[in-house]
Amino acid sequence: MNNVKLGIALIAAAVALAGCGEQKPPVKAEQTKIAPAAAGIEVRIGHVGPLTGGIAHLGKDNENGARLAVEEANAAGIKIDGKEVKFVFLAEDDQADPKTGTTVAQKLVDANVAGVVGHLNSGTSIPASPIYAQAGIPVISGSATNPKLTEQGFKSQFRVVGRDDQQGPAIASYLATTKKPKLVAVIDDATAYGEGIANEVEKTLKAVKVKVLPREKGTDKTTDWKAVLTKLRGRRPDAVFYGGMDATGGPLLKQGRELGIKAVFSFGDGACTDKMTELAGDAAEGMLCSQAGIPPQAADKKFLEAYKKRFNVDPILYAPFTYDAANLLIAAMQKANSADPKIYLPELQKIDFTGATGKIAFDDKGDRKDAEMTIFTIKGGKLGPIAIVKGGKTMTYEEFIKGGQ
Amino acid sequence: MDTFLQQLVNGLTAGSVYAVVALGYTMVYGIIQLINFAHGEVVMIGAMVAFTVINALAPAGLPPLAVVLVGTACAIPVCMLVGYAMERLAYRPLRGAPRLAPLITAIGVSILLQHLAMLVWSRNVLAFPQIIRSTSYALGGALITNVQIAIIAVCIALMSGLALLVYRTQLGTAMRATAQNPHVAGLMGVDVNRVIAATFVIGAALGAVAGVLFGTYYGLAQYTMGSILGLKAFSAAVLGGIGNIPGAMLGGVLLGVVEALGAGYIGDLSDLCAYGWIADFMGEQCDGGGHFILFGSNYQDVFAFLVLILVLVFRPSGLLGERVGDRA
Repeated sequence: MNNVKLGIALIAAAVALAGCGEQKPPVKAEQTKIAPAAAGIEVRIGHVGPLTGGIAHLGKDNENGARLAVEEANAAGIKIDGKEVKFVFLAEDDQADPKTGTTVAQKLVDANVAGVVGHLNSGTSIPASPIYAQAGIPVISGSATNPKLTEQGFKSQFRVVGRDDQQGPAIASYLATTKKPKLVAVIDDATAYGEGIANEVEKTLKAVKVKVLPREKGTDKTTDWKAVLTKLRGRRPDAVFYGGMDATGGPLLKQGRELGIKAVFSFGDGACTDKMTELAGDAAEGMLCSQAGIPPQAADKKFLEAYKKRFNVDPILYAPFTYDAANLLIAAMQKANSADPKIYLPELQKIDFTGATGKIAFDDKGDRKDAEMTIFTIKGGKLGPIAIVKGGKTMTYEEFIKGGQ
Repeated sequence: MDTFLQQLVNGLTAGSVYAVVALGYTMVYGIIQLINFAHGEVVMIGAMVAFTVINALAPAGLPPLAVVLVGTACAIPVCMLVGYAMERLAYRPLRGAPRLAPLITAIGVSILLQHLAMLVWSRNVLAFPQIIRSTSYALGGALITNVQIAIIAVCIALMSGLALLVYRTQLGTAMRATAQNPHVAGLMGVDVNRVIAATFVIGAALGAVAGVLFGTYYGLAQYTMGSILGLKAFSAAVLGGIGNIPGAMLGGVLLGVVEALGAGYIGDLSDLCAYGWIADFMGEQCDGGGHFILFGSNYQDVFAFLVLILVLVFRPSGLLGERVGDRA
């Protein structure tokens, strides 16, 4: 008897709950409709980068840049269409994993974001881009450098950083002209980024008649490079280029020197961090690497001070770019006087903006016009810029700083 | 020839580390038929503790070797404690349960330890302090560093020490007895619980040393490092015949060598342009010294598992794993 009563009560409760569930969404929708009229509008800006895993430090750096821009915009009390705007910053973790990248992209789309800054990796940005494009949400990457990202024909896809096919040629031509190697070994980590930049380096080297060994590959989790390096040692290359991140590049460099390889080691931006000296120790001395754009320490002073004050650390790599990316979204919204992606997207496409990384304008693919590339080296255990490559021309870093200020 | 010799040296070094980790798997399996998937995490914790201690002591100006030894000496008791706690809290309550229950618990413990380590040591790749200067010695065309020599020597010492323990001491006899039949061993006056706990603790101590060796060799440590290392060591244990101690040693070394040689030569062997008629067929791709490589060296990790599959197909009990009655 008791059981029957309990059963009925449970069913009643279940029905009641189900009823609530059905009724809830309309209520919520009404609330968001009413709320803006009362206290300004809420605009959501998403950011995606890996906050866990081997490059979590870079993901956090990117996130900080965008977060700073959003916080500053909130403090400035920006008005759109006469109403005060509160920007809400949604930071997501894609774990540098393509699958997770698409999941969090969908999550942001479902959360009705007005724009997205990210993702950090090319490998996650490319599969996520159709999801944003379908929803018509503008997305600006501050660090994804694989050319394919903006070659897919999505009108809402932008990047404020240079492309690998600009970065690859830059480091390759610098290598070819200053070190004059006869034979170069190219290694990549089998990711979209690593392979992309390695392909561009190989193409550029071959164009200036430098011989390139058949490509060697690792993965983005490889810690033991000895097998690959031992094989390369037998072929005696004058220079080695690795397309990959610092977490794998550091051990590669260390093990290369342990095996007695005397070649010049060069890297793309993923391995162009101070972490290289920690991971490779003395072996890092004299390595070359490139970064798309200008080094963080050459960014706008006002940005650097604000970043340091807010987060108590210096930007590592692409924070100035994600800062600019978030600011670009906000500036385009202000210009269009709307936070509706459909309305402000055209303004973003033809924007002319001066940010922490200099002047920004987009070409018709969504790439940044006239992106600079910087060549770095490690000397005395410190990573420092030595040259700037812009539009195929190389100048020393000192010349660039003098010219710019 | 130089290249071959060098690959062999590399493979032996990596293989010795695999072997020491594999011992932890095989000992536990031998005694309670549990695949302790959390063993890789014990290795990671060993590396992490040593990382912290070495980092703290490095500026003190002590001799580098002493600092590393102190680091190891701190890592061992911590790992032993983790090993004991794991057995006491997670596995002992499930002693009588169906075999799947402790297996899944082991995976749970592994995830738990990994994330605890993430909270303590952050998510970043930590640069293991490289205070021991690596010097290379020529060995008939191959270069071998002092660290590599130390790793191989330490691993041989640990393995012979363990063999002595298992085959020459009272505890070892008790372990072998428990492995053969825990009930009868209990009736004969062996404290089965104590022996099982001791097995976990010894395996964890070996894991701690392996963690320090790994960190020193590759110069990095990360909270995820235990999973792939653990998986490879597990493969090594199965390769040698899980439950069999000499088997784990053989399996580890063999796996390291196969991996190194495989990664070193697969690129050349699978270069289609190296074979006459296929090269003709490939046409332009191969002209003028071109290459068309089917499998690159990124297949390195695949070798470990390929070997595992082959062994399981042709010799399911592993290379030395026939004496099922005498696991320990």
